[in-house]
Amino acid sequence: MSEEAPPQPAHSSFARPWLLLLSVFAIATCGLVYELIAGTLASYLLGDSVTQFSTIIGVYLFAMGVGSWLSRFIRGDLIAFFIRVEFLIALIGGCSAAVLFLLFGWAASFRIPLYGIVFLIGVQVGTEIPLLLRILEGRFAFKDLVSNVFSFDYVGALLASLLFPLVLVPHLGLVRSAFLFGLINAAVGILALVMLKDEIQRPRGLWITGGVVTAVLLAGILQGDAITRWGEYAAFSDPVIFAKSTPYQRIVITKNRDDLRLFLNSNLQFSSRDEYRYHEALVHPGLSSLPDARRVLILGGGDGLAAREVLRYPRIKSITLVDLDPAMTRLFSSQEMLRAQNNGSLTSPKLHIENADAFTWLAAKREPFDFVIIDFPDPSNFSLGKLYTTSFYQRLAQSMSPAAALVVQSTSPYVARKSFWCVDATLRSCGFQTRPYHALVPSFGEWGYILASKEAITTQLALPDGLRFVNAEVVDQMFRFPPDMARVDTDINRLNNQALVRYFDDEWAEYLH
Amino acid sequence: MNRRRFIQVSAVAPALMLGSCRNQVVPGSIIGAAHRAGHLLRDGKTSAAPSKTAKTDVLILGGGVAGLAAARQLARRGITDFLVLELESQSGGNSQGGRNSVSAYPWGAHYVTLPGPDCHEVRELFEELGLIAGHDAAGRPIYDELALCADPQERLFIHGQWQEGIAPSAGLTSDEQRQFREFREEMSRWSETKGADGRPAFTIPVDRSSRDPTILELDQLTMAAWMDAKGWTCEPLRWQVDYSCRDDFGGGEDEVSAWAGIHYFASRRPDAANADHDTVLTWPEGNAWLAERLAESAKGRIRNHALVLNVTEQSSGVQVDVMNTTDGHGGEIMRFVCRAVVCAMPRFIAQRIISNLKPLDQPPVYSPWVVANLALDELPPSPGELPAWDNVVYGGPSLGYVNATHQNLTAVPRETVITHYEALCGSPPARLREWMLTQTHAQWCDRIFSALAAPHPDLAAHVQNIDVWLWGHGMVRPTPGFISGTTRTVMQQHQPPVFFAHSDMSGVSLFEEAFTRGTQAADAAIRFLG
Repeated sequence: MSEEAPPQPAHSSFARPWLLLLSVFAIATCGLVYELIAGTLASYLLGDSVTQFSTIIGVYLFAMGVGSWLSRFIRGDLIAFFIRVEFLIALIGGCSAAVLFLLFGWAASFRIPLYGIVFLIGVQVGTEIPLLLRILEGRFAFKDLVSNVFSFDYVGALLASLLFPLVLVPHLGLVRSAFLFGLINAAVGILALVMLKDEIQRPRGLWITGGVVTAVLLAGILQGDAITRWGEYAAFSDPVIFAKSTPYQRIVITKNRDDLRLFLNSNLQFSSRDEYRYHEALVHPGLSSLPDARRVLILGGGDGLAAREVLRYPRIKSITLVDLDPAMTRLFSSQEMLRAQNNGSLTSPKLHIENADAFTWLAAKREPFDFVIIDFPDPSNFSLGKLYTTSFYQRLAQSMSPAAALVVQSTSPYVARKSFWCVDATLRSCGFQTRPYHALVPSFGEWGYILASKEAITTQLALPDGLRFVNAEVVDQMFRFPPDMARVDTDINRLNNQALVRYFDDEWAEYLH
Repeated sequence: MNRRRFIQVSAVAPALMLGSCRNQVVPGSIIGAAHRAGHLLRDGKTSAAPSKTAKTDVLILGGGVAGLAAARQLARRGITDFLVLELESQSGGNSQGGRNSVSAYPWGAHYVTLPGPDCHEVRELFEELGLIAGHDAAGRPIYDELALCADPQERLFIHGQWQEGIAPSAGLTSDEQRQFREFREEMSRWSETKGADGRPAFTIPVDRSSRDPTILELDQLTMAAWMDAKGWTCEPLRWQVDYSCRDDFGGGEDEVSAWAGIHYFASRRPDAANADHDTVLTWPEGNAWLAERLAESAKGRIRNHALVLNVTEQSSGVQVDVMNTTDGHGGEIMRFVCRAVVCAMPRFIAQRIISNLKPLDQPPVYSPWVVANLALDELPPSPGELPAWDNVVYGGPSLGYVNATHQNLTAVPRETVITHYEALCGSPPARLREWMLTQTHAQWCDRIFSALAAPHPDLAAHVQNIDVWLWGHGMVRPTPGFISGTTRTVMQQHQPPVFFAHSDMSGVSLFEEAFTRGTQAADAAIRFLG
């Protein structure tokens, strides 16, 4: 806007107030945009959009009140002060999104910088209008002044609320939108500097400040994309080597020296440092005590790591792996580094991949399997909760041979004790005999599994060679539960009560709090 | 918040701020309810001579749940020489359903509550269909959990977000909480009350409830008047009661009797081994699932597009003239001669076609309904609880929507079909029926969008198709005096060789009522035939 403003003769008493009112319009727009950006970002990064927007708006409005109140202490050169405030808002507001994105990855408590920045912007924006009113005092009749300033303020707010969702978020993204509006704030300051230069005592310092701020913001706009990437990746502690959104989930793989980690929807699935503990504990206590097992079914486990453990048994004739997401199985079948991790299990001639939803796949009675490994993500939502219900286990039982066993990864009996024992109770209600056990996987914590079968299993272990974690003594320990993880009474998880998801939500929310 | 939630939030934000300003035509049409063919009868445009005559043992007039239940019962008792005559292109009555590439969906009735011990005919059916898979040690039925409504069952949009359950619970004042508590206590008291005749005060089927006059008194006043008299006047509670009346009876709390209103809350005493007492049985296509299974016992014996013109008793048997309306207009007329007729049509039609049927002093009132199926690319996210099976907007004109893919077992459903229900009430039903025929498809779409605007301001952007079904006579309405009065007694009197079966004889339109009536009428016809 400043570029388009024609030079005004110094004596025009009309032009300056008119342009200053235009500034009101611009700063109102900017102010609201910063607030929307902070709210959206907080919803994105912290979840629960209602709470985030509500608290951001609250903090912001409160800070504006503080700013308005503080403005009474401003004396002397009001115009110079106003211009300084503009440059400060331009800098803080403009960089806010970028800074918050970058901080999220490593700040111990993201809420402190979040509310801090929102508060700072709010205070500055809160001082703007009182300052402007005082500057414009005498140039308008009081009733016109108040009416004009507030009209422009509110119209600016409308413009912001329309621009934000329709233009800014879809076309510029949050980071660059913030930089752009920072530039508008800076332009308002520079415009005031130009138009009111006769009324400012020492303009040179302001010119320098304005120049520096503008340069920073321009650089930000140009580098916005890089910052978003960097910021998003900073949400993971290690460098991201792969990220892909599929119709089912977001797959992210990070690598730090020898530590390879898989995240699905930001939840850690394995760390290459200790995944052998998780997968050995998942597979061997069950499979090594089934000497007659020939056909194995793996539900989930598209990373091929459970299959790698199964392939240690030469007697296994076939493995059927059912994973919903073809992108997962393709990635872990083809990518060299990942194939090294799973020993190329997914391309074994014994293994057959079905990319299907396990529940519907099991609707057809499948070849009877002798051992079933259920390695689904934790029951954190209703869709996943269905895969831990009586109906699911009953359906699965139809595709199991009489002497077969199944093992379910059942979240942490330490963190989510009710959830763990709920899976156990659910299996037992379906006529299974269960043998719950647990193992320590450092990157997950104390982790739980349930071995279940229609006929009692005698754990006569015949363990394969080359295991790094599981041996007879360790397995013996696994089946013992200390008092803080011992059985508790729970509901049975059914499609019509989703008891497990409710336990899981409560227990993990409490633990993470 | 993960990426998906973020995208959802940013997709909602523009619509919240702008409102929906789309003004494009939504594909779809007004379908179903063969009122044009039916009105041929009303308007007397059906006088022609039959071109063919056929004989059959039993004719069942009407292929809704009552008619299909009668057919099943005849088949079970070894009578196979029967035909079901149905005006619509598919049987099921208001338990019909439809299907698109994403899901099956209901066109009317969409659930059955778990039947209590009084409902033994329905329990027997459910055992036969495998819905009751067995009984536990205490003798309680074990239900097929795939047919039980998956959790979460219901949610309510109130104060800008979805809460779990339909009873308003957020933001109640202490006085409102007291009223809700008292109301619930009163309902559970009624649920346990027995009349002087030893029968439960309220049960299903309706006519197994007590006839104790002190209880039937409740039928003399409206639900609203009874609530007023109890001093339960707070808005959230009255909304819930009014909603329940519209949901089950198609009339507001000021249009249905207090007996019926209390029946809604106090008649269900299921004893399932594996479900809560308020769980329901449901299927993607609603009760069409049940209707289709019932229709199997009448396989090859259902004649669709059959408009029954008249039923007259002759010395040779009952003579029934039927017009074929396949082309939508009057077609060929055929005459059937049979030994017995099960009239499983609503009474207002039976009254027109059965000769010598005395007019009723106070004919039943039928509530008009509008049911719409919306095909969506996704159910747009909105704040609060996640989508449930039944999704209701507090204070809204409609009854909300049911999500057809809720029972779906696949992990990530996206495209879906939602069924939007509205019972038209508040004005005389005849006037509402006239009005509903004047509305265009676009007007119905706007009406639905505005009813769902609070939770889903951007719904129009997700809609791929909307089909609308107008039910002029959707269901019988238990107006004050109807349950306890003499009209129903007259309606229930069989007039051999004509036997009556329809839920309007019960005064409430429930699957259990229609099914039990159909089964009983068939039994009576079998006894008559000897």
